[in-house]
Amino acid sequence: MEVGWWGVLIAVLGGAIRIGTPFLFVSLGECLTEKSGRINLGLEGTLVMGAMTGYAISLHSGSPWLGVLCAGLAGMVLGALHSWICSFQRVNDIAVGIAMMLFGTGLAFFLGKPYIQPSAPRLPSIDLGGWSDIPQLQAALQINALFLVGIVVAVVLGWMLKNTAWGLKVRVVGESADAARALGLPVDRIRIMSTAMGGFLAGIGGSYLSLYYPFNWSEGLSSGQGLMAVALVIFARWQPIGCLWVSLLWGGAAALGPSLQSVGVTGGYYIFNAIPYIMTLAMMIITCSPKRTLVGVPRELTMTR
Amino acid sequence: MSVAVPQILNKALEPFLIIVGSLTVSMVLFGIFVASAGADPFEVYQTMYRAAFGTSFSWQNTLVRAAPLMLTALCTALPGYLGLIIIGGEGAVVMGGLFAAIVALTMPTAPPIVVLTTMALAGMVAGGVWLMIGGALRHYRAVNETISSLLLNYIAIALLNHLVTSTFRDPESLNHPSTHHIGEANMIGVIPGTDLHWGLVFGIVACVIAWFLMHHTVFGFASRIAGGNVRAAQVAGLPVGRLILTICFVAGAAGGLAGMLEVAAIHGRANDTLNANYGYAGILVAFVARNNPLAIIPVAVLLGGIRASSGLLQRAHELPDATVLVMQGIIFLVILFSETLYGRFAKLQKQGAS
Repeated sequence: MEVGWWGVLIAVLGGAIRIGTPFLFVSLGECLTEKSGRINLGLEGTLVMGAMTGYAISLHSGSPWLGVLCAGLAGMVLGALHSWICSFQRVNDIAVGIAMMLFGTGLAFFLGKPYIQPSAPRLPSIDLGGWSDIPQLQAALQINALFLVGIVVAVVLGWMLKNTAWGLKVRVVGESADAARALGLPVDRIRIMSTAMGGFLAGIGGSYLSLYYPFNWSEGLSSGQGLMAVALVIFARWQPIGCLWVSLLWGGAAALGPSLQSVGVTGGYYIFNAIPYIMTLAMMIITCSPKRTLVGVPRELTMTR
Repeated sequence: MSVAVPQILNKALEPFLIIVGSLTVSMVLFGIFVASAGADPFEVYQTMYRAAFGTSFSWQNTLVRAAPLMLTALCTALPGYLGLIIIGGEGAVVMGGLFAAIVALTMPTAPPIVVLTTMALAGMVAGGVWLMIGGALRHYRAVNETISSLLLNYIAIALLNHLVTSTFRDPESLNHPSTHHIGEANMIGVIPGTDLHWGLVFGIVACVIAWFLMHHTVFGFASRIAGGNVRAAQVAGLPVGRLILTICFVAGAAGGLAGMLEVAAIHGRANDTLNANYGYAGILVAFVARNNPLAIIPVAVLLGGIRASSGLLQRAHELPDATVLVMQGIIFLVILFSETLYGRFAKLQKQGAS
C-alpha cells in the first residue's frame, strides 16, 4: 500500500506524541509553578539535570523507572532551590531562572561526563498499533508509558487546581499574595512546594529525553524544551489540559521538518524547526495587549506587571 | 560639601562591598564543590589564576574572550535602565554576524576599509533591529520582553542555519555549512605588538560610550526616570516608546557588532560558531555589573578569565570542561541572592551613628 503523503501525516501524529511528551511534562511543571505566582525559567537546567540523572541511575541500577523517579527528585531539589532564593525580598525570579538554567546545565554536564559513552537500559514502549499492517502507523503508535502518565497528571492536576482546597490555596497565592497573607496562608511555603513539584515534573520530562527518545545522554540533548515551557503555558492559558493539547501541537510542528524530508521535501529544514518558536511569538502578539491582561493569567506573575 | 562626600562614597561602597562579598562566598561554595569532586580547591584556584592572568599569553587568551562579553553584556544592561530584562543578546550576535558576512560577500572589489565599515554598520543595524523587535512588542503589545527576546534567539539561530545551508552556502564547506570566506584582505588585524584583535578596543569604547550616554546626557536621564516609574515618565511627557525603541536598538547594535567581529576577526565566515553562548554569558556579566556599563569592563575580563581557564583545569586537575559552567552558575545565583542585601547595611550604619 502506498502511503506517501499520508505517511507525512502519520509521522507528524507519531512525532506529536513522541516529541510532545517532554513538552507535556515541563509545561505541566511550569503551569503549576506559575499558578502559584512564580516563573521558573530555570526548567531548562532542570530538564537537562533530569536527563542526566535518569540516564545515570538507569545505568547503575538497571531500572529505567528508578531513573525516572530519581530524575524527578533531582528536579525537585533544583525547583526548591529556585523558589527558596526567590522568596527573599527584591530577588527577581526571571533572573534567578536564567542562573538556574546555567547552573543546572553546568552541573549536569559536569556530573554527566562519564555517561556519554555507555548505554543505559531504555524505558519500554507500549505497542498500540498491532491492529494495523502499515509499518509507519505501527511505528507512530509505539507509545511510551510516560505519555499516558502525562495525560493522567494533566487531568488530575487540572481537577485538583479547580476542586480541592490545596488547588484553591495555590491559586489564591498566585492571584494575590496580599490576600493570601490576610487569609493566613504561608505564601512562601506554598510557592516553594509548587515550584518543587513543578521541578519534579520537569525532571521526569528530562528523563524521557535520555531514556526513551532520543535515548542517549549528551550535552546537546535538549533543544530548549525547558525554555519553551514558559511560552507553552501562555499558549495553554494556564490550563493543565491545555498544556496537553499544546504539547502535542508543538511535537507535531517539530516532527514536520523531518517527515517532509522523508518524502523528498528537503528545503527549509531549519525553518520548520523554528515553527514552534514563531507560533509562540505570534500567539503572544495576538493575545497580549496593553489595554487588557491575558485571560487566565495568575496576577502575581512578574511578566504581567 | 562635607556631608555630600561620604554620601557619594557610601553609595559606591555598598554595591562594591556586596559584590566583593558575593564573589568571596561564591568562591567558597565553588571550592567546596571541587573539593567534593576530589580536587584541591586551593590548587584549582591557583591553576585558574595562572591560566587566566598568569602570563601575557594567558592575559591575551582572557581578553579575547572578554571582548565579545563586553558587547553582549550591553544587550542586557542598557534595556535594564528601563526596567526591561532582555536576554536576546545571542540573537543579536547571530544576526549581526550573519548580515555582516552577507554584505561583505556582495562587495568583492571594494577596498577593505570600506568593506569593514559596511560590515560593522550592517551588523549593528541587524543586531539593533533584532533586539528592537522585543522592545517594540513590549511597548505596543505588552508582550513580555524576556520571553520574546528568548524566542527571537531561537528564530535567529534557525535563520542563520537556514541561510548558511541554502542560499549563501559555500559548496566547499561540506561538514560545517558556512558562507563563503569574506577574503583575507578584509579581516580585521591585531593590535600592534599583541595577538589581540581590535575587538577589545571596540568593546571598551562601546562600554564607555554607553556609560556616558546613560549617565551624562539628557537621553540617559530620561531613560533612568522611565525605568524608575513608567507612569511618572508618561505624566512628565517623556516619549517612553521612543526611549524603549532607541535603547533596544543601541543595545542590539552592540551585540551585532560582537557578531560582526566574530566574523571579521576570527572565523572569516558566518556559520553556527556564531552561536557560541556569548549572548547568555553576557547576561551574567550585566547582572554582576548591575547594568553599569563601566563595571561591565572588569566583570567581562573576570568572566573571560574564568572561561579561558577551562582548558588548563581539564589538563591539570582532570576536571571536566563544564566545571567553569558550574562556577558561573554559582556566582550568578549568589550575586542575585545578594540583591536582597541592598539597603540593609545603610540601616545598620544609621543605627550605629545615632
